[in-house]
Formats: sequence, structure tokens, C-alpha cells
Amino acid sequence: MIAERWLNLAVLAGLLGVAVWARIADQPFTITLTTRAVILALAAVGLNIALGLGGLVSLGHAVFFGLGGYAMGILAFHVQTYTPLEIGPISIAGSTSMPVIWLTAIALSSLAALGIGLLSLRTSGAYFIMITLAFGQMFYYFAISWNRYGGEDGLSIYVRNGFPGLNTLIPFQFFGICFALLCLVLLIGDRLARSPFGLALNAARQVPVRVETVGLSPFRLKLVAFVISGAVTGLAGALFADLNRFVSPTMFSWQLSGELIVLVILGGVGRLIGPVVGAVLFVALEHLLGGLTDHWHVFLGLILLVIVLFARGGIVGLLSRRRLGDG
Amino acid sequence: MADPVLSTDGLTKRFGALTASDGISLDVRPGEIHAVIGPNGAGKSTLIHQICGGLRPDHGRVHLLGQDVTALNTAARARAGLGRTFQISALAMEDSVLQNAMLGALGRSGRPWRFFGRALGDADLRARAEDCLARVGLADHLHARTATLSHGQRRQLEVAVALTLEPRIFIMDEPMAGLGSDGSAKLTRFLDRLREEAPILLVEHDMDAVFALADRVSVLVYGRVIATGTVAEIRSSAEVREAYLGEEG
Ligand SMILES: Nc1ncnc2c1ncn2[C@@H]1O[C@H](COP(=O)(O)OP(=O)(O)OP(=O)(O)O)[C@@H](O)[C@H]1O
Ligand SMILES: [Mg+2]
Repeated sequence: MIAERWLNLAVLAGLLGVAVWARIADQPFTITLTTRAVILALAAVGLNIALGLGGLVSLGHAVFFGLGGYAMGILAFHVQTYTPLEIGPISIAGSTSMPVIWLTAIALSSLAALGIGLLSLRTSGAYFIMITLAFGQMFYYFAISWNRYGGEDGLSIYVRNGFPGLNTLIPFQFFGICFALLCLVLLIGDRLARSPFGLALNAARQVPVRVETVGLSPFRLKLVAFVISGAVTGLAGALFADLNRFVSPTMFSWQLSGELIVLVILGGVGRLIGPVVGAVLFVALEHLLGGLTDHWHVFLGLILLVIVLFARGGIVGLLSRRRLGDG
Repeated sequence: MADPVLSTDGLTKRFGALTASDGISLDVRPGEIHAVIGPNGAGKSTLIHQICGGLRPDHGRVHLLGQDVTALNTAARARAGLGRTFQISALAMEDSVLQNAMLGALGRSGRPWRFFGRALGDADLRARAEDCLARVGLADHLHARTATLSHGQRRQLEVAVALTLEPRIFIMDEPMAGLGSDGSAKLTRFLDRLREEAPILLVEHDMDAVFALADRVSVLVYGRVIATGTVAEIRSSAEVREAYLGEEG
């Protein structure tokens, strides 16, 4: 049993360590694999803000992941095809600048989260899950039919997006960017959970009627949480597209939404580092078992089953002595 | 006579064929404890829900400090000055005692949209929360998880959270329930002083407490107020004895 703070640091140090080792040993593929884990972790950290803090079981987070991905894909597509991006009467140039792409991804996904949240947060339980799922499917089918941007086949991007002062073509540098963003978002998430807003949100998850009775609106608290959550997952989507240099409608698929939930549950719902642990485990299994058998998901399913039945705090809950709610 | 702090005017609520509130009109004046008594299922909690905004009445109005609040939701009524405690504790069980009280203080402050500073580090909120916890006797349990509290301590915490709101009126649904005689006696003394801060609408089954505290008592039977009066008047009313008190022996 270790204090959760040290566990958090150990997990992050471990990720960084693997990447540094792979760089020294000249193993670019391992760096890419680690980057993949970091990006999936970021997406799941975003989901955990809605799921862990707000108690919102969203089966539609792929919407934000996909929007982030397409924000990157579309902006870069217009650069590589030398065409302007026309939105109604306005015509803007595409972009391969990461900060521009990230901000676009964040703006689009928070806007979508606001809309979806407004329509779905009046419901709860199974209805909420179904509505978010339905939104996910809507975006998925829209992307499939959007031939301008590759339709079902998706978009391949040949240019690598740039970040001022860095050579993003070098896997280790791209890893560094993703890792720094993950750390930043974890820091923000940690502060959020302890903030006045976090206190109110935490209570809104457990006893909404109490929150109303002290004069606050659980609906608004959850809506804001959902928007922040969507924005983070959207940012992860942009990075994911950059990593693969490819976007396709599968980024919007409900399987992806489900996978994000699995990552959070594996690691520990509502635990800061839970989604990171979940993502690392997921990518490790995918890589190690995926090479041996096509049925590696069965093992993932077994692990998930054991966790759900015997360790409701996830892996982090098993390892850390802190119980939820100790400030 | 001073204007009432709270008044209901002909509140009526039906659940299917059952009339849970049948034209209930009552008021609570400054400085008084107005007790509502009645047998199980008489409609006491239903009345409270309509006053606090959890239930819409089919007919009738609720006025708070002269303002018609019937159309307001629960949160808006709380901000307008209602401080309510629940018959069945509604607390964030995973959170600490202090966090629960701080939630009340946060609601009172009206500033929940702060995303960075530590809530527990907010000196104003914390002082208010700790002060209210000390008043109900929970000063030694600030960091206890609420789920680990005894039933009686949870009742105390319910009251403390209401205190943090500095309400203009307290609405209490059976605060003594399950407290035991010691606990009831203590809470009775506490409420006796509390009425100087704000009047109390007190729903309570504990007759010793009601008779010791109430300035006025309303008797609710099958959703109707069959009598309102002082303790002495209610105790001597034949109708009340027949309908309710008689059952208590
Ligand atoms: N939401 C509801 N739907 C249908 N019937 C309800 C509902 N809420 C309460 N009732 C019924 O209305 C009547 C009054 O219930 P209420 O809870 O107000 O009684 P009470 O006086 O608070 O009782 P107790 O002393 O047991 O707390 C009861 O017969 C109850 O079954
Ligand atoms: Mg009741």
C-alpha cells in the first residue's frame, strides 16, 4: 500500500522512463507505442472528469475524440492540397501548426459537449447512456458520408504538424509534447477535483438533491464538467490523428467510447492516475498479446471482469490506500 | 402582528386518487417554532417538498418573505432563504464531514465557479463550516468520512449544513428521528435557541420535543390541517385527541 501521490508520480516516471530508454536504445516503435498509451490516457483522463467526478456514464466520448481528430485532419488536409477551407462565406487557410489545431479541436469538442450536455443531462442512468450513444452514432454516420474528407476511408495526412522550436518528426519529441500535455491536464484535473467547483460536482454526483438544497444547480455543474471533459478528449483526438497521420470515422465509433470507459474502469474510476494506468495496461496487452493471438480482447475482458467484481477502485484502488473523498 | 416569514395558501397535491395535501394553509412568523404533527402518511413530507420546491403543488401558492416562490425551483428557493433538513439524511457519504458543511457554505457564497484554488483552503468557507459544525457538536469529527458517522451524528450534520446557509427560515423534517432520548433532549435545547436566528417549521413525531418547543402546532390528518393553535389548545382539543393524540395513549 502506497500513498496515491507517489503512485501517480511513479506511473508518470515509468512512462517517461520507457520512452527515454527506447530513445537511447534506438527503438522508435516503442516510443510510438508509449506515445499511443499517453494519448489514450489523455482521452480517458478527459472521460474520467465526466465519469469519475460527475458520475456521467457517457458512451459518446468518441464524438469529442473524433472531432479532435477531424479538426487536425481537415486543417492539415487543406494545407497539403493547397486549398482554402470554406465555411459558408468565410474562407480560411488550413493549418499545420499544432497549437492552432489543438485550440480548434478544443473549441469544437467543447461546443459539441455543450450541445450534447444540454440535451442529455436532464436524463440519467440508462437514458443518459443511450442518448450519448445516439449522438456518437450520429457523428459516426455523418463522417462516413462526408466524402469531401475521405468518407468511410478516412483521410491520410502526409505533412507532420509542427510545434514552434521542435522537430515533431522525431518520435521522441512528439512523445515529449504528448507527455507534457498529459502532465498538464493531470495537474489541472487534480486541482479541479479539489477546487470549490470540484467539491460541488462531487456532491452533485452523490446527492444532487443536497446540492439543490444549498442553492446550487447540479445540472449546471455537470454540464460544465461535461464540457471540460469533452475538451480534453478532443485534444487527445487531435494528438491521436497526428500520431497516426490518419483520421477515419472509427474515431467516432461507439467501440472507441466503450474502450475509453474500459480504460477508466481498469485503472480506477475517479482516481487521478486511473485512466493512465488503464491506458498503459491496454496498450501493453494489445501489443504483447495482440502479437500472439487475435483474441487478446478475451484477456482484456477477463481482467476487466476481475476488476469489476473484486476491485471496484480499479488497479489504482488496489495499490493505493487512500479512499475516495479524503480531500 | 409581524408579517409571516413563510406562508402556504391552499396547497393541494394529489397522487392519483390520494390527496396528500388538501388545501393546506399555514404560516410561520418571525421568531417562532411552528410544529406540524400528524400520523404516518398524513402528508407532512409532501407538504415540505412543496414548500422547498421538490414537488409542484396542483393548486395553491407558497410565499417566502412576501415573495411568491411557487414558480421557483429548489435551488432558487434555497437562495431566497430556505434552509431545509431531510427526514432521511441526504449527505455526500464519500466526503468528509467538513466537506459536507463546506458545500453548504459554498452554496451560501454563491461562488461555485472557481476551478483552481483548494476548496478546503478557502478561509471564509472553512471558518463558516467549522463554526456550524462546532455548534452542533461535530468539531471533533471534521475529517471523518460521512459514511462512518453514527445515525445521530448524521442528523447533527444535516442540521449543521442547514446552519451554513444562514437561512431566513429552517424547514426541518423529523430532525429527532432515531436520535434516542439523550440526543433528542440535546437537539431540543439547540432548536430552542435557534429560533432566535430564524423561525422553524418543524415536522416531528417526538411529542415531548414538540410540546417543549412549539409556539404553535398544526395537526395534519389525511392531508388536511384539522387544527392550529398553541400547545395548550392542541392538547385540549377533543378533535385532535380523537384523530391523532389518542392513538399515542
Ligand atoms: N411520489 C409519491 N407518489 C405517490 N404517493 C406518494 C408520493 N409521495 C408520498 N405519497 C403518499 O402520500 C402520503 C403522504 O406521504 P408523506 O411522506 O408526505 O407522509 P408523512 O406525513 O411525511 O409520513 P411519515 O410520518 O411516515 O414521514 C402517503 O400515503 C404516501 O404514500
Ligand atoms: Mg415524512
